[in-house]
Amino acid sequence: MNEFLDALTLARWQFGLTTLYHFIFVPLTIGMSLLVAILQTAWVRTGKVKYLRLTRLFGKIFLINFAMGVVTGIVQEFQFGMNWSNYSRFVGDIFGAPLAMEGLIAFFFEATFIGLWIFGWDKLPKKIHVLTIWFVWIGTVLSAYFILAANAFMQNPVGFEINEERGRAELDSIGSVLLNPVALTQFPHTLFASIMFAGVVLVAVAAWHLQRGQFVDEMRTTLRFGAWTNIVAFLGVGLTGHELGMVMTQTQPMKMAAAEALYNTASGPDASFSIFSWGTPDGMHEIFSVRIPYLLSFLSNGTFDGTVEGIRDLQAEYELAFCGADSALTCPSDGSFVPIVWVTYWSFRWMTGLGAFAALVSAVGLWITRKNAELPAWVWKVAIWTAPIPMLASLVGWVFTEMGRQPWIVFGVMTTEQGVSPGVPGWAVLVSLIVFTLVYGGLAVLEFKLITRAAKEGPPEIEMHDDSGDGEGEPDQQKLATVY
Amino acid sequence: MELTTLWFLIVGVLLIGYFVLDGFDYGVGMSLPFLGRDDTDRRLIINTIGPVWDLNETWLIVAGAALFAAFPEWYATMFSGFYLALLLILVALILRGVSFEYRHQGKGEQWTRWFDQFIFWGSALPPLLWGVAFANLAQGLPISLLPQGGWIYEGTLLTLLNPYGLLGGLVMLLICFAHGLVFISLKTLGDMRQRARRLATKVGIAAIVAGAGFLIWTILMHRDHEMLWLIVLCAAVAAIGLIGGFIANLAGREGWAFTGNAVAITFALLTIFMALFPYLMYSTIDPAFSMSIEGAASSQKTLELMTWVAGFTMPLVLAYQAWTYWVFRKRLTREAIPAGAH
Repeated sequence: MNEFLDALTLARWQFGLTTLYHFIFVPLTIGMSLLVAILQTAWVRTGKVKYLRLTRLFGKIFLINFAMGVVTGIVQEFQFGMNWSNYSRFVGDIFGAPLAMEGLIAFFFEATFIGLWIFGWDKLPKKIHVLTIWFVWIGTVLSAYFILAANAFMQNPVGFEINEERGRAELDSIGSVLLNPVALTQFPHTLFASIMFAGVVLVAVAAWHLQRGQFVDEMRTTLRFGAWTNIVAFLGVGLTGHELGMVMTQTQPMKMAAAEALYNTASGPDASFSIFSWGTPDGMHEIFSVRIPYLLSFLSNGTFDGTVEGIRDLQAEYELAFCGADSALTCPSDGSFVPIVWVTYWSFRWMTGLGAFAALVSAVGLWITRKNAELPAWVWKVAIWTAPIPMLASLVGWVFTEMGRQPWIVFGVMTTEQGVSPGVPGWAVLVSLIVFTLVYGGLAVLEFKLITRAAKEGPPEIEMHDDSGDGEGEPDQQKLATVY
Repeated sequence: MELTTLWFLIVGVLLIGYFVLDGFDYGVGMSLPFLGRDDTDRRLIINTIGPVWDLNETWLIVAGAALFAAFPEWYATMFSGFYLALLLILVALILRGVSFEYRHQGKGEQWTRWFDQFIFWGSALPPLLWGVAFANLAQGLPISLLPQGGWIYEGTLLTLLNPYGLLGGLVMLLICFAHGLVFISLKTLGDMRQRARRLATKVGIAAIVAGAGFLIWTILMHRDHEMLWLIVLCAAVAAIGLIGGFIANLAGREGWAFTGNAVAITFALLTIFMALFPYLMYSTIDPAFSMSIEGAASSQKTLELMTWVAGFTMPLVLAYQAWTYWVFRKRLTREAIPAGAH
C-alpha cells in the first residue's frame, strides 16, 4: 500500500505525465504559428485566395491546439510549488527569474496578439493583421527560450552561488543563466523539431485530400510546402542535435554514457555507436549488437579519436564528489548516480530514428510528387501515418533529457528526492494524479477528434466580392469574422 | 522604497490586474445559464470576452511567476499548502479555457451543453476558491517552521473552510458576477443589455451586503494593526466603489458602473494586503512563526533584475493590451453573431 502512496514517486509520475502532455501542444504551437504566418503572408503578398483558404484551415487546427497548450501550461507553473516546494524554496531565487521573464516579456505578448489575430480579421487592416500572427510566433519562440533556459539550469546549473546562511541558491549572473550553453543548443534543436512537427501535419492533411482527389491545387501546395519544411527543419535538428550532444558530454557525461549504455570508458574505435543492442539489464553482458566504430566519439567530442567516459568510472567520481559528510542535498539515498539505462538508451535511439524516418519520408515524397502523376494509394497512406512520428520523437527526446538528468533535480546541486514537497501527503498527490490523468485523457480524445475533423473538412469556401472587375476579386472580410 | 516592499506591491498589482480583468470574464461565464436563453444569446455573451479572456488570464500566470521569482518561500508554502484547493482551480481553468475554443467546434446540442457547463463551473469556482484563499491569508494560517528552514502549512483543505474564509469566497464570487454582468451590458445592445443590467442590480445588492460584512469583519479582526487607518481607508474606498458602481448601474451609466466594480475589487484586495503587511503569511500557531516579506523574499540581485524587467515591460504590456480593448470597443448585437459555427 505504501508503495502506491509514496509522494515522491507519485509527484515524479505527475510531473512526467503533465509535462509530456503539455509538450504535445507546445511544439505544434511553435511550428504551426510559423507556417500559418508564412501562408498568410503569401496571401497578403500575392492576393491568391488559395493561400487565404490554407491560412484559415491551418489557423483553425492551430487554434484548437493552442487552447490546450495554454491550459496545460498553467499546471506546469503551479506544480513546482505544489509538488516540489523544497526545490522551489532552494532555487526559486534563480529558477523563478526566467519564468517571470517569460511571463512579463513573452506570454503577455503572445496571449494579447492571439486574441487580436483570431478576432481581428474584419477589424484590422490586412497588413497589420498579418503582423499579429507573426507577433504570436515571436512570442512563442521567446517563451520557449526562457523556459529552456530554466530547464537548462536544471541540467547545467550556472550563474548562481550558494547562500549558506539562507540555505539556498542565489542568482549571481542572469547573463550566465540566459546564455547557458545547454539552453543555447537546446533552443534551436527544439525549435527545428517543432517546425518539423508542424510540417508533417501539413503533409498528412495534404495526403489525405490528395488521395481523394479533393482541393488538388491547394493541397499540392500544402504537400510541397510541408515536405520542404520538414527537410530543412530536419537538417537543423540534426546539426543542432550534434552540438547538443557535445555540450551534454561536457556538462552531463553520465547522461551521454547512459544514452549509449556505455559502462566502461572507451576511446577511438572502441567508442562505437550501437544502432541496436541487446544485453542483460545490468549491462555486464552483451548478447547481440550492431555497432559503428568511432561514431560515439564523434557524437560526443566532435573528433574520431576522443574518449568517452563510462558509467562505472563516472559513478565512482560522483560518489567521491557528492557523497561526503556535508552533502545532504547532493547524495541520493541509494548512492547511485546512474539514470535508468534502458530508458535513456532506447529513448535516445527512438528520438533520432523517428526523426530521421520522418525526414526520409518527406524527401521521398518530394521526389515522387514532383510531377502531377497519379500515385498509388499506399504512398498517401504512408504520408498520413507519418504525422505522429515527429511528435513521438519530440516526446521521447524529452523523456531522454529529463530521465537522463536523474537522480538530480539540479545537476550536482540537489537530488530529485530532496526537492519534493514536505507535508503534502501521498494520497493528495495520488488524487491529483488521477484527476489530471482523467482530464488530460478526455481532452486528448477531444483534441484528436476536433483536429482530424477540421483537417478532413479541408480549406473553407471563401466568398468573393467582385466589384473591381479584375478577375479574382477581393475576399469578403466581413464574412471571415471569427467568432466563438 | 525597499525592493522587497516594492515587489510586495508589484505582485499585488499583478494579482489585482488578474482579479479586475479575469474577474469580469469569470462573471460573464457565470451569467451563461441566467442570461443565455438560446444559443445565439450564449454565443453573444461569450463573444463579449472572446478577444480578451486569454490575455486577462495571463495576468494570473505572470502573477504566479512573479511570486515564484520574488517570494519563493511564499510560493512554495502557499502552493503546497493549498494543494487540493489549487488542484480544483487548475481543473476549473483547464476545462473553462478549452471550452471557449471547443464549444462551437463540435456537432450536436449535447456537445455544446457540456461545454456551457464547463464554462459556468470553470468561471464560478476560481473566484470562489481564490476568495477563500485570500481571506484565509488575511486571517492567518496554521504555519510553522521547517527544521531545515522555510515554512510549512500544517492545516488541511477543511482548515480553509471556516466562516470568514467562506464569506471571503462568497464576496469574491458575487463581486465578479456583478462585474461580469455590468461588462455584458457595457458590451451589448438591445434586450441583452437590459437583462444584464437588471440582473446586475440583484447581484449587486447581494454583493454589497456580503461585501460590507466582510470588510467590517476584516477591520475588527485587525483592530490592533499598526496601520489600521490604512485598512479602514482601503475598505471605505472599496465600499464606495461597490455602492457607486451599483448606483451607476441603476442609472444606466455602464462605464461608471464597470469602473466602480473595478475600484471595489482593487481596494478589497488592497484591504487584505494592508491587513497582511508586513507579513505574507501570519501564523495562528505562534506569531513568531509568521512569514515576513523580508524572510520570504529573493536576493537583492534577483529583485533588482526583476525590477528592471518589470519596469521596461509593464508599460508596453499595458499599451498593447489597451490597444486590444480599443480595437474591440464596439458593442455586439445578436445580428453580429453569424448563424452556425464558423
